[in-house]
Amino acid sequence: MSNQQNKNISAAQQQYQQFAKEREPKRPVLTNCLHAFIAGGLICTLGQFFQWFYMTYFNFTEITAGSPTQATLIIISALLTSLGIYDHIAQWAGAGTIVPVTGFANTITSAAIEHRSEGYVLGVGGNMFKIAGPVITFGVFSAFVVAIIKITIQKLGGF
Amino acid sequence: MLQGRQSWVFVKQPVIISTAVVGGPFEGAGALAQDFDILYEDIWLGQASFEKAEKKMLEDACEKAIQKAGLNKEDVHFFLSGDLMNQIISSSFAARTLGIPYLGLFGACSTSMAGLSLAAFLINAGGAGYVLSAVSSHNSAVNKQYRYPTEYGAQNPPTAQWTVTGAGAALVAANGNGPRVTGATIGRIVDLGISDPFNMGAAMAPAAVDTIKAHFRDFNVDAAHYDLIATGDLGKVGHHIAGDLLQEQGIDIPPDKFTDCGLLIYKKDQPVMAGGSGCACSAVVTYGHLLNRMRRGELKRILVVATGALLSPLSYQQKESIPCIAHAVVMEREGD
Repeated sequence: MSNQQNKNISAAQQQYQQFAKEREPKRPVLTNCLHAFIAGGLICTLGQFFQWFYMTYFNFTEITAGSPTQATLIIISALLTSLGIYDHIAQWAGAGTIVPVTGFANTITSAAIEHRSEGYVLGVGGNMFKIAGPVITFGVFSAFVVAIIKITIQKLGGF
Repeated sequence: MLQGRQSWVFVKQPVIISTAVVGGPFEGAGALAQDFDILYEDIWLGQASFEKAEKKMLEDACEKAIQKAGLNKEDVHFFLSGDLMNQIISSSFAARTLGIPYLGLFGACSTSMAGLSLAAFLINAGGAGYVLSAVSSHNSAVNKQYRYPTEYGAQNPPTAQWTVTGAGAALVAANGNGPRVTGATIGRIVDLGISDPFNMGAAMAPAAVDTIKAHFRDFNVDAAHYDLIATGDLGKVGHHIAGDLLQEQGIDIPPDKFTDCGLLIYKKDQPVMAGGSGCACSAVVTYGHLLNRMRRGELKRILVVATGALLSPLSYQQKESIPCIAHAVVMEREGD
């Protein structure tokens, strides 16, 4: 917690938070990192395999193979999510399953399944981007800002 | 009647004439499976949504409790119930099915003992002959409302807790056989600034300590007066903190007398991180396991301190800390 926030709480609260912190199990950061490295690495290796597969057996180039490769990973992730397996893998893998495209697929699939009970339009339609929404919003916005910077530099005679 | 600052003594000693507890498959695989009246094989209970499944569990628990007492719904004067869903829909919808005059309660996971103390108060004051007090919670319905979708792959920290899927009901009467409710202490809100909803144990521990202290002061007793003091759902983290806080404040509860429902309900190898939580946690453990032990004569007098974290997903996102509360109820074996 930053000092800024600490100013707003009383001495008793601050004292207790210290007291509680000493008795809380810490997140096993090193183990988590190791698990994330293994899981994330395996997913990337799998992606690499699909890329090779699409390039070898179908007429894809290294660049165009990206789309079917991602689609395959997304389908696998969506299937594992709907079978109720993905969240168990994720508890072990942590960032390893969240960061790759499979994690993104999981956020959308899980929200869509969860809100099916409220109907297709308001339930599934209205909620499936509940968790993925911020990623899309800020992803598009950052792309916009970067594009503006690039164009400005180009117009000014750079690059 | 009022005792001390914030407690009630029930001189007529209302009786818990029957209890019923129901649970999901994960609870069935837990440490207290033999104490459940009904264990469902499927978390959906054949319903179209988790919310409907929770309502069904609550109805089943209530009907089972009434049936075990040999009564009909029409005999029960009032129904006091609460749950964790927005607008306590599980309770209100179950009350619609039961058709018993109803008061809805919200005290988050402390609702079980809030309901039981009010039920005992009503009986003691002659306001009712039979009062049914019940609570429910459903792991997936709670996750959907408070956290993430059930199948979302977020990694839970070791301080997180597992919401119990289940429901517990107690039928309280003026006369009859069964454990007696002899006193209660109503807690006040304690908020020591913990704002992490994945660390409820640490947030609620000071509230439990505050209520235990108030209870000992109001009744002028100490831990020796009880065979067991059980908190609601502090889990490993909160239980540890509560124990140390009590010791620091000069209240000595021997470790073998001090436990937590969230620690009792699951087996060690179940992946529940710090332990169980939810409205049903204290209810199923108390109405099932603890009262069964009392009926078998293993316990004479117990104090159950149900703890609740009164946050909402909205308040958490607006960076509010978590206000917490705990209510304590004394239960004694008849004839002692």
